[in-house]
Formats: sequence, structure tokens, C-alpha cells
Amino acid sequence: MLGGPGLESVVDQFISVITNDGRNIVGVLKGFDQATNIILDESHERVYSTKEGVQQLVLGLYIIRGDNIGVIGELDEELDASLNLSELRAHPLKPVIH
Amino acid sequence: MLFFSYFKDLVGREVTVELKNDLAIQGTLHSVDQYLNIKLENTRVVDQEKYPHMLSVRNCFIRGSVVRYVQLPPDGVDVDLLHDATRREARGG
Repeated sequence: MLGGPGLESVVDQFISVITNDGRNIVGVLKGFDQATNIILDESHERVYSTKEGVQQLVLGLYIIRGDNIGVIGELDEELDASLNLSELRAHPLKPVIH
Repeated sequence: MLFFSYFKDLVGREVTVELKNDLAIQGTLHSVDQYLNIKLENTRVVDQEKYPHMLSVRNCFIRGSVVRYVQLPPDGVDVDLLHDATRREARGG
């Protein structure tokens, strides 16, 4: 029985995090612990809107508390590079309601 | 522990995980842990037009605390087995 999340396989890779307040943060996973607290390097937030394309806000080195994490997605860098973020229109994600 | 064991037996099956923020992610169950955190492979978001936020994600880790439902294939459930296991847990717990 493993103690924590099996995130070893994605360390040093670009990941996409969906937080409980509906934010999408992309960065390189540097570390994690049993509570799914994570260290994200070179991170930026992708802000989605229905009026304009995706805005990327540079954040830098972040620690995100596990409490606030919903999904950690392994980013396929090729697929991600092929995305035209400036053309993407979408409603921001909803916050998590327990 | 019951559901942890139950999900371990479902590894390899196609499931749809609906989250508490209404996002629904379909994929192959890769693994589960004691917190019922779920790892899915070959993921696709159910309503991709509405939720393009995970277009370039193919494998993901979903924190157990954020799961609302796990939708299973109908033949993935042995109701009698679950029933027995539940009775046993209730007796022991």
C-alpha cells in the first residue's frame, strides 16, 4: 500500500494542475509529498475567457498546497505546442464544491 | 479499505470520473491508492468544447477529495460480491 500519490513518474515534467478554485496552472513538477503538496517550477497560470484568448500569467516557483489541488495532468508537450491558445475561448472552470 | 480493494480490481477498465467542479474525465483506470486518488490513462474530457482546459493532457492524477462520481461499465460491478463484502465490513467495523 503506497503512502502517497504516485507522482514520481511525472517529476521534472510539465504538468497541468487544476486547483479547487477553478484555476489552471502549468509548470514543471519538482517535488511532492504525502499530502499532495507540490513544488512547481517555471509555472504560469492559464486564464480562460469567453471574450478573449487564453492569458498566460507568469508565476515562477510555486508551492501549491495539496488541499487545494483537484487534478494533476501530465502535459503532452507536442500536443500542447500545437494548441492555438490565442484562439481558444472557454468559460473558466468552476470552483470545487464539497 | 473496501472501495480501495474494489477499485484495485477495476484497474484496466474504462471509467468516467465526475469531479465536484462538474468536470468529467473519461479514461482507463491505471491505479488507485488508499485515499481513493485515481490515476487515469488515455484521458479525454467528456465535453471537450466546454472544457478545453485539458486538451493536451493524456494521463492524469485525480485527487480523491475532488471526486463526485466514478461511472463504471455495467458489467464491472459484481453486486453480490460487493454486497457480501459490505456485510463483512459492517460486521467487523
